[in-house]
Formats: sequence, structure tokens, C-alpha cells
Amino acid sequence: MSEKGKLALYWAASCGGCEIAVLGINEKILDVANAFDIVLWPVAVDAKVRSIEKMADKSIDLCLFNGAIRTSEQEYMARLLRHKSKVLVAFGSCAHEGCIPGLGNVTNREEIFQTAYHDTPSTDNPDGVRPQTETEVEEGTLYLPLFYNTVKTLDQCVDVDYYLPGCPPEPERIWDAIVAILENKLPAPGSVIGAETTVCDDCPRTRSEKKITEFKRTWEIIPDPDICLLEQGLVCCGIATRAGCGALCPTVGSPCIGCYGPNVDVIDFGARMMTALASVIDSDDPEEIDRIIEEGIPDPIGTFYRFSLAHGQLRRCALSGNGKSVEA
Amino acid sequence: MKRISIDPITRLEGHGKIDIFLTDEGEVANAYLQVPELRGFERFCVGRLAEDMPNITDRICGVCPEAHHMASTKALDALFHVDPPPTAKKLRELFYSIFYATDHTTHFYALGGPDFVMGPDAPVAERNILGIIKKVGMDIAGKVLKMRHDGHHLIKMIGGRPVHPNWGLPGGVSRGITEEQREEIEKLGKDAIEFAKFSIQLFNDIVLGNTTYVELIMNDAFVHRTYNMGTVDENNHVNFYDGKIRVVGPDGKEHAKYDPKDYQDYVAEHVEPWSYLKFPFLKKIGWKGFVDGEDSGVYKATPLSRLNAADGMATPLAQAEFERMYETLGGSPVNHTLATHWARLIELLYATEHWVELATDPEITGEEYRVLPTETPTEGVGEVEAPRGTLTHHYWTDERGVLTKINLIVGTTNNNAAINMSVKKAAQGLITKGVEIKEGLLNTIEMAYRAYDPCMACATHTLPGQMPLEVVIRDKDGEVIERLSQNL
Amino acid sequence: MNTETFEPKIVGFLCNWCSYRAVDLAGTARIKYEPNVRIIRVMCSGRVDPTFVLKALAMGADGVLIAGCHPGECHYLEQNYKAMRRFQMLMHTLRRFGVEEDRVRLQWASAAEGVQLAAAINDMIDKVRALGPLNWPEKYSENGKVEAAIQRIAEEHAEAMEVPA
Repeated sequence: MSEKGKLALYWAASCGGCEIAVLGINEKILDVANAFDIVLWPVAVDAKVRSIEKMADKSIDLCLFNGAIRTSEQEYMARLLRHKSKVLVAFGSCAHEGCIPGLGNVTNREEIFQTAYHDTPSTDNPDGVRPQTETEVEEGTLYLPLFYNTVKTLDQCVDVDYYLPGCPPEPERIWDAIVAILENKLPAPGSVIGAETTVCDDCPRTRSEKKITEFKRTWEIIPDPDICLLEQGLVCCGIATRAGCGALCPTVGSPCIGCYGPNVDVIDFGARMMTALASVIDSDDPEEIDRIIEEGIPDPIGTFYRFSLAHGQLRRCALSGNGKSVEA
Repeated sequence: MKRISIDPITRLEGHGKIDIFLTDEGEVANAYLQVPELRGFERFCVGRLAEDMPNITDRICGVCPEAHHMASTKALDALFHVDPPPTAKKLRELFYSIFYATDHTTHFYALGGPDFVMGPDAPVAERNILGIIKKVGMDIAGKVLKMRHDGHHLIKMIGGRPVHPNWGLPGGVSRGITEEQREEIEKLGKDAIEFAKFSIQLFNDIVLGNTTYVELIMNDAFVHRTYNMGTVDENNHVNFYDGKIRVVGPDGKEHAKYDPKDYQDYVAEHVEPWSYLKFPFLKKIGWKGFVDGEDSGVYKATPLSRLNAADGMATPLAQAEFERMYETLGGSPVNHTLATHWARLIELLYATEHWVELATDPEITGEEYRVLPTETPTEGVGEVEAPRGTLTHHYWTDERGVLTKINLIVGTTNNNAAINMSVKKAAQGLITKGVEIKEGLLNTIEMAYRAYDPCMACATHTLPGQMPLEVVIRDKDGEVIERLSQNL
Repeated sequence: MNTETFEPKIVGFLCNWCSYRAVDLAGTARIKYEPNVRIIRVMCSGRVDPTFVLKALAMGADGVLIAGCHPGECHYLEQNYKAMRRFQMLMHTLRRFGVEEDRVRLQWASAAEGVQLAAAINDMIDKVRALGPLNWPEKYSENGKVEAAIQRIAEEHAEAMEVPA
């Protein structure tokens, strides 16, 4: 009887959706349990960090690490699990490209703390208390990790062996990846385990030529259920987003929001969105182009870098000289 | 003093660690549940588009994204001053009931349940959903897997994706359901009712039928007399989707009943330097520290609190079970934290019954699933009961629908003070002089927070309770033309 | 860096048919222009992907120049219009990133306009010099606090009591 491998699943700055997606493989979780001993999985298993610290290096066969890196504790865990694991997978959009926590890169620690612990009137904080990395209480010292100014992706902290994209990756893709790992049928190290085309290929809607004279907001129209959403003026990120989900959002009438990240070999998702949308604007007049862009896309950071801000070339927004984030 | 560290706390959503300080005599001097995570939604959502908020706030929590999606969508209705047509509201509530049933199942079987099915000091390797499946066998485990599978299948069918739906819009939803889909929803709903009844039976047999567990539930180490918050309909029955917020004291007296948009008058937040998560309390009573009683502003927003804050359940089977629980535990309100697991199963039953009620409503397959807003967006509050507590989203935007300010009070945040008190009391009750401290004992202390089904990702999205006082009006070039502020 | 001695590094993407020939012309006619632009020849301004601009800024450039044929005169007929639209979309976004407008410029120039292009280049260099270094990677540094914070976590873990299974 062959020995079971060791599997770890960990979450950093994340939401728990990747955990639920893993449970979405349903009864196949038993196949996973047959192949592996789960040595860390805080959502479901009671193993503690200390047991991981005591393990020998490279004794964990596979670590599925989801979540972005936003505190020193999360970076500590990334390094710890990198040392202890043979194969480290950046699982899900947060670990891969920062995802929604990565939108924190429009601001910084000072602004977040100021909003959270001071600015709202219902905050009853007359002494201006803020969370501290060290607090002396009567009984001893309590520690909190350092909250970074900038959210990082997993590969900006440690070497990553593979990426599994999606927010969260769909259960079918998760299972495909687990099978590929078990059967050792993986692409080159450092690759994304995923399709090499865009969501448009999965989308059931009919497509023809796109000539946009106005971008519409989703609450401005009720779109035709059969025609390409971009053609109807909605900003659908499917054109720049890696396939794999089956175009689930356009299927229920909502434009793709780009959660699977960029297609193969693309190093900046937002740049692809910018260039794709620019290509379909039907005007050669600079002033009219300006108007179409200004009116139709009031939030370019949120629209183009919704999931990928931390992984884009610029990684974050600059703050002004007095430390304030750029106004919209 | 010596320090025991439970790091991380497990079988909940989110990050946390418990520090227990021991005196030289081996007694517990104090215990702290610290939340070391924070992401800053209320800050980085400034500048985002209103219609993106249901999708962005989905990612506050991947276990209950449907709750955020719904609260956010309702906030958009209010923001755009648009009233969705009846089909849209019923579809949303149907979706929400299906989600509730699925989420409560996940909690009972994967998160909190293993302590009861396997035992609080069972070996770590067995004390989890996989251990449960092995122990109860595939006949029973198959039912659990089917329930979760069905639930996520329907969530995907209706809302787009099994995790993080992309469906809600101001004035309605992005798509309705066909008759074929409705039939499947109804059929699976009836299966779900049977599953809920089965789960309650399981609870009866494994928990209520086991004197050790009953003693644990009744143990004073797990009792807290705090205020209870929940959402109720016009009959004071529990409603997850819509209604008024009602707060009832540990003595059973009603403290407040208010429209969700008035939340700022009733809830305020306290800050401690040792946790990123703040501590909401009832404003009119005030923050008196981590203490119980009618004079302390600490309150709970959990399934048990919801039942304590209501006069009954809106569906027959759940109502019968509601009556049985209160009869067994000595009347309302029940202050035994571990009874929350029972309350959660009663809510599971209600959710499944309501699911079938809505699935058989004649308007549910209607064509009018959305109306377009006609007014300029300004400000809006949306509230629902998340499985883990009352959830409020409050948005302010400019006239283009770009967020200028956002306030969120999220389910588990409501419970932060109570969770800390529960953990400390459990630690003091279970660790006394001469007791050998082993891992299983620490896990029993962890049961004190698991009853709350905490979601720390939810809790730390954000911050403070009340809203800002600043609305910034811009012209189409983004230049500020007016700032309105109050209470600054 | 002392701003008095700061010399901007600007990356320039110049199209083969018009703007690259224009700077060639400036060279043969000995029209002086400042040496701060590192020129990269592309076949058409329509080749310039916003990614190039972002990557240049991320890697330490203080500015990026894109130069192409005048609208209506593109060697490939219409692609400079694509460049124009991409540029406008990019500037709309870069403003929110906090990159000053003068750092990224789209300049039309025909092959005969050596003098005009040289003047435009000098103008851009002056503006970027006045803005100072961009130094983009500094924007996401944590000011050296990370290592100590991570070390503290290891120490905190080691300090806690051992509890047997």
C-alpha cells in the first residue's frame, strides 16, 4: 500500500471562497482524502501552525495557497509553506494576481486605518485607539501582524510552482488540476494551469462586428439575451479574460468581470482591456473619443484592474505628496 | 505569566488566534480572541462603481457571498430610488433561502458539527468533515453531500456561479427563471425539507440524546446573558431577507425595533488595540466593557439571537421546532451559547420550507425580473440577515453612481465582544488548577466561538458603523462642485 | 537623488515610416535635441500596446513618448487612429494611477518634420525634468519594515506554551 502524500491548504488575505470551491468537488473530496493526509486546512481541519513549523522542509507534497499577502503574518506563512512544500500552487485569483483585496492598492495603511478607526462618527473612540503590532495588557503582551501599505501576490513573496486562476476557480477546474498533479501531467513549472483562450470562446452569445459609440452601465439597459454584451455597449471583460469558467456570468445576463485573469503570456490584464476597448470605439475624432471614454468608464482602475491591480505592471496607485489617494 | 496560543483557530471562516494567560497557580487570568486580518473594503471601494458593489462585496466572504450580494443589491435599490417588481423580489428571496439552507448545512456538518459527531477531544485527524463521513457512512454522508451539491447547483443556475453570484442590479436581477428551472428548484426544495428534518433528528440523537453534550450545553461556562438582535417581519417572525431589526434583552424585554436605515441611532463601535476587528455595542446602553447583563451594550446577532428576538417562525415545521426548543430550554430568551447549533438547524428547516413556498409562487417565473432606474443615485442602505448576523450595507455616490463613501456592518462583527466573552468564560471554566491542558481541551474552548459560526473575513472587511458625513458632488470631468457634510 | 542633477530617462516608441525618419532627419541636419530619449523603432504607432508604456514606467522610466504619422497619413492607413484611441484610454487610466499627464505623450510627426519633432522632444524632456524622477518601484516598498515584522512572528510563536495532543 503506497503511502499517502501530505496536502496543505492555506488562506491568506482571502474570503474563503476558494475553500468552498474545493468542497464543490463534492464526493471527490473522498478521493482527495484517500490520496492525501490533510496536514493544514484551517476552515475544516484542526491542525495548527505549530505542527507545520515542526515539519521537515519539503515534507508537504502539495500546498494549495489562496489569498493575497497583506500582512507580515501572511508573508510569514507564505515563506513557511514554501520551505515545507515540494509543490506550491498559487490557488485562486488572490494568490495569483491580488484579486479584490488587491484593490486595496488604490490606498494605503494610513488611509485604511484612518477610515476604519477614526472617521466614522459611530466609531466611539475618544482616545484615538488604533490596533498596534504590540499591546501590553495586564497579563502580558499581545501581538498583531504588520499591516502592509501594498498588497502583494504570492509570487511577489516566494517562488510559485503553478497558478490556478479564478475567483474562485470553478470546482471542475480544481478537480482537473488535482488530477493533473496526481498523474504528473503538468505544464512547465511557473505556468498557469488553465485554458489558452478567452471567455469569448466559452460564451454562447452570437458575435459580429463591434462598433461602439457609447459604453453603457449595466443598470442603463436590459440587454438582449442572445447577442454579445460588448456589442450592446456593456463593458464585458470576456475579451481579455482567460477561459475556464464556461462564461457563467454572461449566461445569466451579466458582463464578465474578469476574475480568471489574463490569457496566456499576458503580463498586464488592464492593458489588454484598454487596448481591446479602444479597438472597438467607432470614432476617429479625439474629442468624441474622449467623451465616450469619460462618460462610459468612470472608474478605469475598478473596471480594468478589478482583480489584477496587485499583479499589473504598476502594482498600485501612487499617493499624492500629502499621502492622499488620487480622487476618482 | 505563561501564554497558551491557539493559532490559528479552526473550523470557522477567517483568521483568528486565541491567547490564554495562566497564573502561576494554573488558573486562567484572561483570554483574548485576536483577529489579525483586515482588508479595508470601506476605504478601497471609494471610487468604485455602484453596480460593481454586489460583485466586489461578494468577495468580503466566499462562504456567504450571497448575503453580501443581496444586501448590496438592496442598497442599490435604495441608492437609485427604484422599487423592484414582485417577481424580482421573490426571485431574490428564493435564491436567498436556497443559500441559507446550503450555508447552514455547511456550518453544521463541516464547521461546528465535528465537535459533536466525533467528540471535542477526538484526534485532530478525525475531528472534521472527512472524519464524519467515515464515521456515519455514505448513506448519511451522501445526504449531506447532496444537499450542498443541490444548493450550489441552484445558486449557480439562478445567480450565475456557485460561489460569488453575479446577478443583482438596482431594480431587480439580471435574469429570471424558466418553468423547467422552477420545477427543478421545487423538487430539490422538497428534498431539502426532508434533509432539514433529518438533520434535526440527527441533532436529537447525537447531541440532545447524549448527556455529556447536554451538560456541555447547559454548562455555565457557555452561558452569556446579552442582548439579542435579529430581523423580523410584520408578525415578529424571523425573516432573513427583509423586515425590521429587533433587539431583545437578556430578560426578554424589547429594547428596540427599527428600520434598517436608522441603524446609526442604535449601534456604535468600540476599538481595542489588540484586534483589527472592532466591537459594536448598543449605543443607547453604552459600552461597559466585556460584561454580561441588561446594563451592558454587548449584543449577539446569531441564529439563537434571531430566534430570541422573534416571536416565532413563519413556516409550520420550523415553528413546531421553535416551540420545542424553547420548551426544552426553559423559555425565551435562551442564553446558552451552544444552543445556537440547535437554532441554526431550526433556521435550516425554515429556509427549506420557505424555498418551496416561493418556488411554488405563481409569480416566480414572471417576465418582469427588472425595471430600469430613472432617478439619479444618491444614498442607500440595504440590509439582510446574513447567516452569521445582521448585515448592513450603506452607500453614498455622486450623480454618476461612483462611490464616495461606504459603510458596512457585517454579521460576525456584531458578535465580536460576545465571542471574546464566550472564549474567556469557557477557558476559565475548563482550565482550572490541576487540570491537564491537552489539545482536546483547547478544542473544547474553541467550541465557544464555533457556535457563533464566525466569519472573520466578513467581520474585518471594514469598519465602523456609522456613516460619513460627506457627499462629494462632481461634474462629468471629475471636478468637485459641491461638498455636503454633516456630523463631521 | 538631487533634483538639480536629475536627468530624465524617457523611452520613445517611434514609428518606422514617419517619426523615426524625422529624428533621423534631425540627426543628419545636425538639429540638436537633448539625449534623454531612448528610441525604440516600431513599424507603426499602432504597434504600441499600453503594456509597453506601463512596463517602461514600472521598470524605472520617468516618461514615455509615442510618435507616429499624422492622422490620415499612416503608412498602414488607419492604425494611428488605433494608437490615438489606445493612448486616450491609457491616459484616462494613468491619471487615476497618479502618473502625471506630462510623463506620457503622443506626438504626431511626418518624416519631413525633423525640426518640429526635435522641439517636441525637448519640450517633453523639460516638462519631465520639472516633475522630477518617477521612481515607480519606490511606491510599493514597505520602507524596510517587513523583515523585522516577520522575525517577530517567529519569536511570538516560539514563546507560546507547548500543549500535548
